[in-house]
Amino acid sequence: MLRSRLSRIGVGIVKELSRGQCTALCRTSFIQRPYSACWRPQVELHLETKGFQGTIFQKHCQFSSTATSSDSANGSDPEDMISITFVGKDGEEKDIKVPVGMSMLEAAHENDIELEGKAWKIPPAPSFYHSDIFLCSSLILCFYVTAGACEGSLACSTCHVIVMDMEYFNKLEDPADEENDMLDLAFGLTETSRLGCQVIAKPELDGMRLAIPAATRNFAVDGYIPKPH
Amino acid sequence: MAIFDQAIRRLSLSLSLSRRRSSLSFSTLSSNPLRVCVVGAGPAGFYTAEKMLKAHHGAEVDIIDRLPTPFGLVRSGVAPDHPETKIVMNQFSKAAQHERCSFFGNFTLGSSVSLSELRELYHVVVLAYGAESDRALGIPGEYLSGIHSAREFVWWYNGHPDGKNLSPDLKSTDTAVILGQGNVALDAARILLQSTSVLATTDIASHALEALEQSSIRKVYLVGRRGPAQAACTAKELREVLGIKDLYIHINEVDLHKSPEDEEVLKNNRIHRRVYELLSKAATSAPSHPSSSQRELHFVFFRKPDRFLDSGEGSGRVAGVHFEKTVLKGAFLSINGVVVTALSHLLYVAQHLNRTVGPGKQIAVGTGSYEYLDCGLVLKSIGYKSLPVDGLPFDHEKGVVPNIKGRVLAETSGDPTQLEKGLYVCGWLKRGPTGIIATNLYCAEETVASISEDVHQGEIAPTSTFPKPGRQGLLQLLDNRDVRAVPFSAWEKIDSEERRLGNLRSKPREKLTTYENLLKVATE
Repeated sequence: MLRSRLSRIGVGIVKELSRGQCTALCRTSFIQRPYSACWRPQVELHLETKGFQGTIFQKHCQFSSTATSSDSANGSDPEDMISITFVGKDGEEKDIKVPVGMSMLEAAHENDIELEGKAWKIPPAPSFYHSDIFLCSSLILCFYVTAGACEGSLACSTCHVIVMDMEYFNKLEDPADEENDMLDLAFGLTETSRLGCQVIAKPELDGMRLAIPAATRNFAVDGYIPKPH
Repeated sequence: MAIFDQAIRRLSLSLSLSRRRSSLSFSTLSSNPLRVCVVGAGPAGFYTAEKMLKAHHGAEVDIIDRLPTPFGLVRSGVAPDHPETKIVMNQFSKAAQHERCSFFGNFTLGSSVSLSELRELYHVVVLAYGAESDRALGIPGEYLSGIHSAREFVWWYNGHPDGKNLSPDLKSTDTAVILGQGNVALDAARILLQSTSVLATTDIASHALEALEQSSIRKVYLVGRRGPAQAACTAKELREVLGIKDLYIHINEVDLHKSPEDEEVLKNNRIHRRVYELLSKAATSAPSHPSSSQRELHFVFFRKPDRFLDSGEGSGRVAGVHFEKTVLKGAFLSINGVVVTALSHLLYVAQHLNRTVGPGKQIAVGTGSYEYLDCGLVLKSIGYKSLPVDGLPFDHEKGVVPNIKGRVLAETSGDPTQLEKGLYVCGWLKRGPTGIIATNLYCAEETVASISEDVHQGEIAPTSTFPKPGRQGLLQLLDNRDVRAVPFSAWEKIDSEERRLGNLRSKPREKLTTYENLLKVATE
């Protein structure tokens, strides 16, 4: 797992270097996610976030279930992996393997599943789009997957997921006040909504299905709560 | 200034040249891309840019801003003690560093470049410049000194270059009144009441920290026209202010009484329910009197400001607020002769205030009974307001650009067939000043979906037969006018200098708070 992440980062760096652009910002933010806590000492580039890295980590520990990050350090052992199914907005399903201890937000990113927003279909390429452009851009966009606006620090609701089965929902620990505060503002909130960054893989969750909420068209977050599905 | 200007000119020119050169070496860049200009580098602008880059693999997106710094309210609106909320800057920076995206700051739509010029230069112009003005109360005494809008106060403590000179007087009074109970009001209250040792570890502007260290304000009143069941804040911000160490909280328990209409609101609205529960818990758990050293926060419900009073010595300084007590009325009342008049009056008031009145929505009406509150500082936190630019259809009553799913309508009457081709809006300018950062994500998706549809249906001229000059033309035009655009690489210099200065003071960042300093660092 770690090796694959490393190689991805490596590829990312090479790619960005070849584009002659600064890599520090993109890569550090990638590394700073909670699951990768053990990497943090090596990264001193991004001063501003240092101050609250501690907070993120504490929150992570506080809310995560019994499994800890270190459990999953040798995540290559299949026994430490569970199966999770993400159900997209158009109903398409994607089965992924998630190491115990990893959050659903990170698992989604590892597998290029976007949690935020609604997937608008890209219209068929008009004549001025060349196919090679399309391909090259797609490659670059692989590294463009968003990490949740707050990168798992419990300050936004962009990683909102819906646990599709009450049985699994009940296996999760109750959301803390801080998570509920953010869920208040989530779009398309349901009775079994959670934040992906706070749902941590553990063996009991093997087989869980998570739906990505369809974006509501109502912007009045100040008062309006969409009806539960 | 002239020397900075010259340096910036060199910088932006060399940047545009290097971009041009590099564009030749990448097959991903089409020679006639869809050229898109996003005006305003805040959350709405960046989400729009990000979604455009994803949805249109041939599009080239330029984000422009009147400040030399990007990120809008993430930089100058989000409170300094909310660093987690600012992490989204990482995501926005990635968009800005995308090879088909550019940021240019330090020039203003409407003065440096007109809207019609931008529309000539680009296939698509998306206006996402937000709301940089304030709603007014329209009551006597509103412009006395010591009365500020919360927006100005927020800009001041966040080091916005237009906010530095506000210098609110925090030393000649011990009482501040904040009108409004939304999250901005709560932020302002928290900044006034929080221990400065806590604030010193944030990226708060140093002029604000100094002023707060010398502040004599001990009491803050948060005043709302309606009750605890209608408070406009969210639980996170409320929990934070209630949790300030050694702060005495006062809430009149009688205000917590719930009417059947309130019960209905609380049953159906999770945010209001959780806010009400927090308030009610705070009211019952608070000691009956503050200890002598304690700072105090008073939640005052069912009061609307009637006029401001000055100190009476011709000083022009505010000395207090006269409030009218209110009661809540449903918007739909049973009809009889007398009530109909009241109803039409209520609806007029509601429309005038740009509030949607629907079934079950209750509004505050005066009772004719008044009370007075002494104070030396007033912050009006009653809402932001967008400003129009020349050539832009604008609904002055609602303070937004008339639009359908982000497509700008030519007339404010809302005729859906009369569209301003190639012109779109996103964010507060599109839907009014409400919502959180993530609201803009969905807002941008909608606008970008409209653009995609229009591109696909040929509503926007095909780029191959009607190429537009885009970025190169814009930079040329600015150069001809001696206007210096600041590119993203210059912001990165500002960014690293601010972090370096912050490091010296054990702060995450020491913001540069004047245009002069910002531009000096940008051109170094």
